Amino acid sequence: MSAALKPTPEAPLIRLRDLHVKFESRDRTVHAVNGVDLDLAAGEVLCILGESGSGKSVTLRALMKLLPKTAKVTGEIKVGGRDVQAMNESQLADFRGGDVAMIFQEPMTALDPVFTIGRQIAETVQRHEGASRSAADARALELLELVQIPSAKRRLSAYPHELSGGLRQRAMIAVALACRPKLLLADEPTTALDATVQIQVLLLLRSLQEQLGMGVVFVTHDLGVAGEIADRVAVMYAGKVVEEGPVGALMAGPLHPYAKGLLGATVHAGMRGKRLTTIPGAPPMLDKVPTGCAFAPRCAEVIEGCHTGVPALRQIVPGRQARCILVAPGEG
Amino acid sequence: MVLPPPAPDRGGAAQPLLETRGLVKHFPIRGGLFGRQMGEVRAVDGVSLTVRKGETLGIVGESGCGKSTTARLLMRLLDPGAGEMIFDGDAVGRDDLGGGISLKDYRRQVQMVFQDSYASLNPRLPIEDTIAFAPEVHGVPAAEARERARELLAAVGLAPAQFARRYPHELSGGQRQRVNIARALALRPRLVILDEPVSALDKSVEAQVLNLLVDLKESFGLTYVFISHDLNVVQYISDRVLVMYLGQVVEEGPVDEIYARPGHPYTRALLASRPSMDPSQRRTEPPLTGDPPNPVNPPSGCRFRTRCPHAEAVCAEIPPVAATLSPGHTAACHMALPGSGHSQAGGIAA
Repeated sequence: MSAALKPTPEAPLIRLRDLHVKFESRDRTVHAVNGVDLDLAAGEVLCILGESGSGKSVTLRALMKLLPKTAKVTGEIKVGGRDVQAMNESQLADFRGGDVAMIFQEPMTALDPVFTIGRQIAETVQRHEGASRSAADARALELLELVQIPSAKRRLSAYPHELSGGLRQRAMIAVALACRPKLLLADEPTTALDATVQIQVLLLLRSLQEQLGMGVVFVTHDLGVAGEIADRVAVMYAGKVVEEGPVGALMAGPLHPYAKGLLGATVHAGMRGKRLTTIPGAPPMLDKVPTGCAFAPRCAEVIEGCHTGVPALRQIVPGRQARCILVAPGEG
Repeated sequence: MVLPPPAPDRGGAAQPLLETRGLVKHFPIRGGLFGRQMGEVRAVDGVSLTVRKGETLGIVGESGCGKSTTARLLMRLLDPGAGEMIFDGDAVGRDDLGGGISLKDYRRQVQMVFQDSYASLNPRLPIEDTIAFAPEVHGVPAAEARERARELLAAVGLAPAQFARRYPHELSGGQRQRVNIARALALRPRLVILDEPVSALDKSVEAQVLNLLVDLKESFGLTYVFISHDLNVVQYISDRVLVMYLGQVVEEGPVDEIYARPGHPYTRALLASRPSMDPSQRRTEPPLTGDPPNPVNPPSGCRFRTRCPHAEAVCAEIPPVAATLSPGHTAACHMALPGSGHSQAGGIAA
């Protein structure tokens, strides 16, 4: 059994400092993450919000050391006070699925198609807690009931392809929760689901998070999903956090021009007949590390100073930070 | 301007541009020894719809509801198993009977844009050749088709000098979707079927493409059928909305009516499932439980009854017919039909 995580006020559940991730291949280099600092307290839900290529999923995978060998990772990654980068394979095997679990967008590829749902959950319990086969099977049934799968007993012997998309996603959550992780990493787990199923899974995750007191990092591109689940939101752009703050304040009044643009460009009720505000252009390619503000080429409020240096992530009001030279502390 | 005008209006303003009656598409499931038919997926099961000239008809529904199959039927990429289609007063594919419109002429006037912007472009052709391809097939000289392609690229916001010779992999997702839209317009169609055209795009790019679609509709005098699972996008772009569930239309009406006074319990649940942008308005109970059933064995009677909070005995026995709630607004629900035998019949129409 792995050492239990004991987060204390001094050591938050997650401490990321100056995380850089670079993918190098023969043809090209991509600077996917360019200096991310994040903290997560125990029992807190943080949403990382960003568009494709913003580095949100890479950041999440770095927390579990799941990136491929071609990735060059630097910076401090501490989960429960332990240095993830320094872990060897056997420590990682204990760490993953035990202290920290992850759920993915596509349950069909995340679950093993040749084992039943019950076996996949029980296997996790046996591996991490050293439980007997019968104890593990009993725990699997408990978990399926916990994630509200109807007729759970019968579903234990179902294979992933026999379940609907929503049930499969619940089964994957059950696998992730098998060893009562302190930290759950979620990579767009509701994106592939239908609207009426997505809200069910979001509400389930929220109630499980409260019930089990887990810390959750939830990656999404959907503002509505963040609005339903997050305590805090970090908006990423071009491999950096550009704004961070409590979900309510950020949704009501974003500070950074990119966050403002993203909220303005999201279609919601009452916009009919009006022209949508857009962010012109497209995100940068990231084959080089941006030397100024990465958003400056698309920003409507750009000034001379935006190109001369990378703006720092500054605290604007207590609990809210933005990376823009035009947003002065005290505003907002 | 080398673009020709679109085909002339034949039926007049009151004649719907496209009407379908009872469209059906069942896909056989084969398996077992000798590939015998084991059953069928009832993807589209009796869809009747009307697309008026100059409007945008939105079609919403969850996966498996048949909205994409409907799009492919409308484009005649699939042959319907039953039902008929009338395009501006002419029966589609029935030119042999006299007075109909041939599939070739129909397809020139109806074009489609798909969700996957990469898969729907030829990776080996520069984008201007892709756009010029269809006009050339229809007999436009190559040089003129090329010039038309460049004009269209400009119309969708891609500078021809910079982009015309690029290949699909050299473009971003949003740019590729612009190319798909330009290609769809190359034959000057009157109707464009947009099947989830912005679903694969990032939010900031989605807004750009939606604005472009609104502009092109105006400047090219188009009519749209807009298919999406995103209720907010459909509300933004549509004039009328059709809600589908398991291969059938459950509700149809003007966009403001549908969103303000949904008549069918499924539409209400769908609207209530939209995540709220305001964390203080979080919901605590999901509007529906479970997933949509499999269209191989749809429930008897009303297909929504297995998830409906108001289901009664009558719902399992009799398939509901569309009841009119207000002019142009119909819902296929026993509660909307006075005298249907449901205890709340007539209760939701008010």
